[in-house]
Amino acid sequence: MDTGILILIFLTIGLVACTLGAVGILRFPDVYTRLHAETKLGTFGSICICLGVIAYVLSEYLTDGGTRYLVLGLHTLMAMIALAFTNALGAHAISRAAYRAGIKPEGVVDRLPEVEQK
Amino acid sequence: MKSVAATALLAFLVYLLLTAGSGHVLFWSWAEIVAGLVIGLVVGGLSASWFCSSGNMRMAHPFRWLLLAIYSAGPLFVEIIRANVYVSISVITGNIRPGIVKFNPGINTDLGKLLLATSITLTPGTLTVEVDDATGVFYVHMLNVDEKAVSKEMCDTSDIFAFFNLPAWIWRIAE
Repeated sequence: MDTGILILIFLTIGLVACTLGAVGILRFPDVYTRLHAETKLGTFGSICICLGVIAYVLSEYLTDGGTRYLVLGLHTLMAMIALAFTNALGAHAISRAAYRAGIKPEGVVDRLPEVEQK
Repeated sequence: MKSVAATALLAFLVYLLLTAGSGHVLFWSWAEIVAGLVIGLVVGGLSASWFCSSGNMRMAHPFRWLLLAIYSAGPLFVEIIRANVYVSISVITGNIRPGIVKFNPGINTDLGKLLLATSITLTPGTLTVEVDDATGVFYVHMLNVDEKAVSKEMCDTSDIFAFFNLPAWIWRIAE
């Protein structure tokens, strides 16, 4: 029964983080700050939901011992690693493309144009 | 030849990881092991020149992989959790002072730059916008720029990371 509560906690944290990411897209002023909200909170929410799956798989594997739980757990783990890396790379590519397209960030300091003149 | 063998071995291991639980030779069936060997050799032959383009076998050392695992589960994970609390508070209150700052971590290898750029994007209120390949300077978009960092030409590590010195960890893993 304890693992049920643990899974519930993971799923709740993941859901709240994903919701806040969506709210952040609506609230923040420009593309760069919106990427902050979406990449960090979206990745963290998905990772938490994956951790919930892994907790479920571990508890079932230890009581039941079926190899299908092992397969599910390993695939979830690899999905988690791939998600963390590709999400960050996607954010980097979008922000770089936005800067190249001439969208200036709102804010107090902008050091990038000093070398971008070439 | 060495690069082909290394790439084939890595592809074989990843294939084994994805097909675990298919039979009774440890966790695998003989058919999957043979298929993995064939696929590993094909992948190794096709992509070795790209995968080992630096021609350096530095990352073949298992100690570096162990360090990478410790780094991802320890300092990086703590920073990710802190990042999410921090950005959640920013989303709710709406208090932000965004800006792009310069930052030179002194890392030269491609893998090190990739790891550091990814780590920066996943940690508190920072997002890598551009990496200058020639000089190794990172341009980082921050959600909250300090008063001190605004006036400084080049930011220090302590302006960007609060708890752990992530560039030092990555330097140890990749260089």
